[in-house]
Amino acid sequence: MNFNLDGDFYSRNFQQGPTENTMILNLGPQHPSTHGVLRVLVEMDGEYILRAEPVLGYLHRMHEKMGESKTYNQFIPNMGRVDYLHALAWNWAYVGAVEQLMGIEVPERAEYVRVISCELNRIMSHLLWWGAYVMDLGGFTPILYAFDDRERAQDLLQRITGSRLTYSSFRIGGVIQDMDDIFLDGVKAFCARMPERLKMYKNLVTDNFIFRKRCEEIGEIPVEMARKYGATGPVLRGSGVAYDVRRAEPYSIYDRFDFSIPTQDTTDAMGRYLVRLDEITQSLAIITQAVDQLSEGPIRAKVPKVIKPPKGETYFAVEGARGKIGVFLVSDGSNVPYRIKLRSPSLSNLSLFSECAKGSLLADAISILGSLDLVIPEIDR
Amino acid sequence: MIPTIPMEMLRIIIFTVAIILFVSVNALLLVWLERKLAGHFQVRPGPFEVGPHGLLQTVCDGLKLMGKQLVAPAGADKRLFWAAPILAFAPAFLCFLPIPFGPHLLGMDFETGVILILAFTSLGVLATILAGWGSNNKFSLLGASRAVSQAVAYEVPLLITVLGVVMYSGSLDFTSIIGQQGSWPWQWNVMLQPLGFLIFFVCSLAECNRAPFDLPEAESELTAGFHTEYSGMGFGLFFFAEYTNMVITSSMCTALFLGGWHGPFFSGWWWFASKVYFLIFVMMWMRWTFPRVRFDQLLNLSWKWLIPLALINLFYVAVLVKL
Repeated sequence: MNFNLDGDFYSRNFQQGPTENTMILNLGPQHPSTHGVLRVLVEMDGEYILRAEPVLGYLHRMHEKMGESKTYNQFIPNMGRVDYLHALAWNWAYVGAVEQLMGIEVPERAEYVRVISCELNRIMSHLLWWGAYVMDLGGFTPILYAFDDRERAQDLLQRITGSRLTYSSFRIGGVIQDMDDIFLDGVKAFCARMPERLKMYKNLVTDNFIFRKRCEEIGEIPVEMARKYGATGPVLRGSGVAYDVRRAEPYSIYDRFDFSIPTQDTTDAMGRYLVRLDEITQSLAIITQAVDQLSEGPIRAKVPKVIKPPKGETYFAVEGARGKIGVFLVSDGSNVPYRIKLRSPSLSNLSLFSECAKGSLLADAISILGSLDLVIPEIDR
Repeated sequence: MIPTIPMEMLRIIIFTVAIILFVSVNALLLVWLERKLAGHFQVRPGPFEVGPHGLLQTVCDGLKLMGKQLVAPAGADKRLFWAAPILAFAPAFLCFLPIPFGPHLLGMDFETGVILILAFTSLGVLATILAGWGSNNKFSLLGASRAVSQAVAYEVPLLITVLGVVMYSGSLDFTSIIGQQGSWPWQWNVMLQPLGFLIFFVCSLAECNRAPFDLPEAESELTAGFHTEYSGMGFGLFFFAEYTNMVITSSMCTALFLGGWHGPFFSGWWWFASKVYFLIFVMMWMRWTFPRVRFDQLLNLSWKWLIPLALINLFYVAVLVKL
């Protein structure tokens, strides 16, 4: 195989400049709709996109390299910053990998704390995405309604994790803090309130004629394309594949709950939108069941003070709000990991964009980009 | 010997000064109202700190804009770049001249007031093109090109619906158009031509570049569209022009369809003002509720729906006149 290593992506693909009928537009790194420092180079013929290439690397923070120079416990806070919107899933992927490698049994109550907090975090992530997506399409108001609900969930999680956004409350062998009655009552109230709110969201946005016109039959991702790029999460489920790590490779105690995997066969942006809204309902169902099944017990397993997993390697995957989050961990028997590889769903989902946006209008490309639900720090890790 | 000033000239001078005052104060008030309304639609208080209920907030923002440095981009065509905001704002004054706010409260009694307003509001798009072209920015250029096709598409149904009213009234003068409408709501043109009113209102949204038709400045796609590169009062003038245009189109709508200063009791300018502000309120309400349409959908709406409907409306009015 031959690789062209001359210059960076831009100089190889876009430096020749536009042809007579096209122009090259630089969306980002500062653009209102990329939600972060994503840069997309777009070659346009009028308003139609001929080529769209994401340029990465503006937020590379070397999380993987940092993992190789920190002890196992020191690396936990990093995981909350990879994907700041669903931080607890990343927490879980990492501590889960270490626990798997060391063969640690997590106490049952700790598993419930993890499930409840992680699903709350998933709802928060989907709510923020919902608001931001409607804002991408020009509707300003919904994001503040979403923030109203998100704020309540944040207040709850603040109580048991100690932070509001970049959570790092999972520990190897358990969690940092137990749930108290105030938290559980709050969760029950939240679960009772959300269905009403979701009904309002449907009336306000989902059924809106203009909104439907902006989503339906826009950005269609056939199953083969989604598979080719390794898309997971709502992007894959929006194409009709019922793949969810919680169901496909059950981890923790997810086999105890009764929940469905929402899918849509339309494969368009609307499909992905509906999948995410349905997932909020499913997460609420999981939380309600978890609160009912709760039993007393310890929240931390007995683990050695210095974590030294045996020699070997392991892979642990969880379902994040954006798709499959995987941590590949290699240990050489010392107190720092030999290698950590993070599999982030946003990177795979973003790779779709180039093919998906080809030939669409600029406004549709923004709709597609929004429907992929990208978190930029996760792409660069 | 003191030269006598002709009464008509005096009247125009007084009215021009009054209009300048009105436009400036009104724009500040409308910006405040928009932010306040947006706040309440979004379950938050909106501006609250400066002045009672944040009333002075927009005054402070205006002062801040005036204090900002005026920056033109390096590759910009400086003359076009600075001509554009002035061109956007200047015609707005002239448009106020023929609008009768009350039975005797108008700047100049034009025989052809309707034509004058339509002519001068069309100038606004020229400012948008100059801004987009002069900025030497791709986002601005895209915004300007959108503005052109939008203006062309929406001017047509707008003119046809205005023609319907003019045919019915047999006059191009606002005063006589209003004079023919009675005091009660069922005597207004809106009851005779509800379709015409609807088309006119949708078109005026598009003419003012208001959401959901704010495509020339579509924020999430084109950052800020044609005024991406403007800073300070360059931007401020575009902003002023937008709100002034809202007042003009709402005033026109009130005069043509909603009976102007007529009301069930105590007819006078307060009726005119309340109708105008109600229409503006609806515009703001729509902006903070609806997502933005896509560009081709916008053009489809005009060419495939509004123009045929406007023609049907015109035919209907023609039959009505004959009867």
